[in-house]
Amino acid sequence: MSLTIADLKKGERAIIIDSSSEDIPLKLLEMGCLPGNVVQLLQLAPFHDPMYLNINDSYLAIRKETAALIIIDIINE
Amino acid sequence: MSKQINVALIGNPNTGKTSVFNALTGLNQKVGNYPGITVDKKEGICKLSRGVKAHVLDLPGTYSLNASSLDENVVIELLLNKNDKDFPDVAVIVSDVENLKRNLLLFTQIKDLKIPTILVVNMADRMSRKGISLNIELLEARLNTKIALVSTRKNEGIQELKTLIENYKNLSIEPCLDTSTIDSEYFESLKKAFPNQDLYKLWVVISQDANFGKIDRNELDFSKFKTKSKSELKRLQQKETIKRYQFINSVLKEGQTIDATKATGLRAQFDRILTHKVWGYAIFFVILLTIFQAIYDWASVPMDFIDSSFASLADWIKMTFPEGGKFTNLIAEGVIAGIGGIVIFIPQIAFLFLFISVLEESGYMSRVVFLMDRVMRRFGLSGKSVVPLISGTACAIPAIMATRNIENWKERLITILVTPFTTCSARLPVYLIIIALVIPEGRFIGLSYQALTLMLLYLIGFGMAVFSAYILDKILKTNRKTFFVVEMPNYKVPLFKNVALTVIEKTKTFVFEAGRIILAISIILWILASYGPGKEFNNAETIVEETYPELQGEQLENKVAAYKLEHSFIGIVGKAIEPVIRPLGYDWKIGIGLVTSFAAREVFVGTLATIYSVGSALDDDKTIKNKMADEVHEDGTKVFTLASGISLLLFYAFAMQCMSTLAIVKRETNSWKWPLVQLFGMSLIAYVAALIAFQILK
Repeated sequence: MSLTIADLKKGERAIIIDSSSEDIPLKLLEMGCLPGNVVQLLQLAPFHDPMYLNINDSYLAIRKETAALIIIDIINE
Repeated sequence: MSKQINVALIGNPNTGKTSVFNALTGLNQKVGNYPGITVDKKEGICKLSRGVKAHVLDLPGTYSLNASSLDENVVIELLLNKNDKDFPDVAVIVSDVENLKRNLLLFTQIKDLKIPTILVVNMADRMSRKGISLNIELLEARLNTKIALVSTRKNEGIQELKTLIENYKNLSIEPCLDTSTIDSEYFESLKKAFPNQDLYKLWVVISQDANFGKIDRNELDFSKFKTKSKSELKRLQQKETIKRYQFINSVLKEGQTIDATKATGLRAQFDRILTHKVWGYAIFFVILLTIFQAIYDWASVPMDFIDSSFASLADWIKMTFPEGGKFTNLIAEGVIAGIGGIVIFIPQIAFLFLFISVLEESGYMSRVVFLMDRVMRRFGLSGKSVVPLISGTACAIPAIMATRNIENWKERLITILVTPFTTCSARLPVYLIIIALVIPEGRFIGLSYQALTLMLLYLIGFGMAVFSAYILDKILKTNRKTFFVVEMPNYKVPLFKNVALTVIEKTKTFVFEAGRIILAISIILWILASYGPGKEFNNAETIVEETYPELQGEQLENKVAAYKLEHSFIGIVGKAIEPVIRPLGYDWKIGIGLVTSFAAREVFVGTLATIYSVGSALDDDKTIKNKMADEVHEDGTKVFTLASGISLLLFYAFAMQCMSTLAIVKRETNSWKWPLVQLFGMSLIAYVAALIAFQILK
């Protein structure tokens, strides 16, 4: 099974592979959640939800259910 | 009059768009509503040079031309309608220097609508600190626009922006992206079907989500054109977004350099504490306590002053104008009391908005939304419901208006429906007097019973809000998808000018919007209480004099006033509902208080004061209290006992007794269904709770 943003650990960075699921709001794509862009997990609320991310230099929080739809490739640093 | 230049300010949220608006227009601004919807419409006048003025419209913040909220829809509707009187001669796109990439997405979309466009790069003062440098000439050439580097904090660049606006006719209207490259086949067929339409505009209209679609698709005849399915459209929108970002990245690669080593980690440091799993909540709790303290403690000084000022004004009018005249009484008891009832809330509302706007301007509010979302979601609410629920402790009206930025309709509706359960400031006077009457003065581990009761009532109100949200979440079915995207803006020191203008503007809205209704109802109540049918009301003096020949002077006057009230229209209503409220432990006099309270809760104390014939001693709390304490039923038992008192407290905690709130809910939900659900639902809960409490305790 492929990794998603929901699998990220705090501080980890990843490259977005696919964000074409129909349930991802367009607004998120417009904020830069597109294939090839970098995403980093900055903070987690209790129960890992919502997730506070840096996507393509935009700082935003999304719910875990949405994060689980965005497929990524973790950058090993 | 020379023609004004129509300017539309457009930009992402958190880019300081409002600061630019304030810098351009100063105090020459007003806030209204877009017709039919409750989105604030901010417009102002800006003097450009001798004889040339600009009409500046501050459009709601939006991330793109694809609307996902009512606020954003306003932007698209205006930009697509050339016939709108506000249609801009020039669009000014405000962007944040730290997030140019994302801000340019909206810029390219507006540009493609072929509207002359100026790009404002705001917060330019942060550039060197963040290690950002821009090649303005190159950016202007590649984006085909003019750029104004602005710092509202340091008041720089505004004059340059004004010059650019004045010379808007020199701006290019060349689009950034050739729309047909998104999907050549599809757009080719689109072009064939509608040869006279602009391709990009057509695409914007077609791709809008129908949920908000007030944009008239019917204007276009789609019968000869096969539209794509929703998911196909979305795929195209995604493709469009990717294309735009490709263009933007190529432009910024040449025009912008960022020295990453210079970027300071201020955000990360603050976030580590403010969104911490323990400290984050602790700090939020302390901030909440401070707000409560301000609203109840600090605001009481100006409130007392307003209260006594209006009381003396009413007295002065009674003394100065012809004595006993109906008109004098209407002014003194109806109008002045009505206006006083509105003005008294100004300190609390101003304090509340002072805090809210400071928290929002500083970027902290988004962190609260982040912290609270998971907890609130369990009850069918959103992290964004926290702000309305806090605001509700001052007044439900601004609180319900604050639900607008909740994107999800179901979560927003539930928030609107449950917010009136939170203990608003109008309940406070009622609670205070009844607690003083029926709760003993003892102490429990150092805390007075009375203070504990008050705190309990706040908790009950909040608990009921959350509980009913949970129930509503189970009942309400909607097929609209949830989505939650919150931008976490940079931390900033709030600009005094912005905070001050927000406080003034919101307070003004409250005074004039809610005030009108409260004033009208106070006048109606006064009339209903001052007139009555039949000879009992009209011959009250003679009847009382004959029945109580021993009474003299003030005592006689008070008795007459009480007798008149009993036989006035409103007294008749009180008597009529007595059988219904008897099981709750109330008599007809309390009934009148309940009826008048449906206009606004705080009327209760004043009404009872009048009914218990306290007359002129209205502002003397003790007198009302003593009179109420002495009040007995016909069989000689006391009216205000622990049982009836608790029953009344619970009734006021739950009942929907505020016409202004109902009016706002009607406006915000655009139907009478939801305010009626609130009115009957909440009042039923109140009745049952009061009934159970009285029957158990009596």
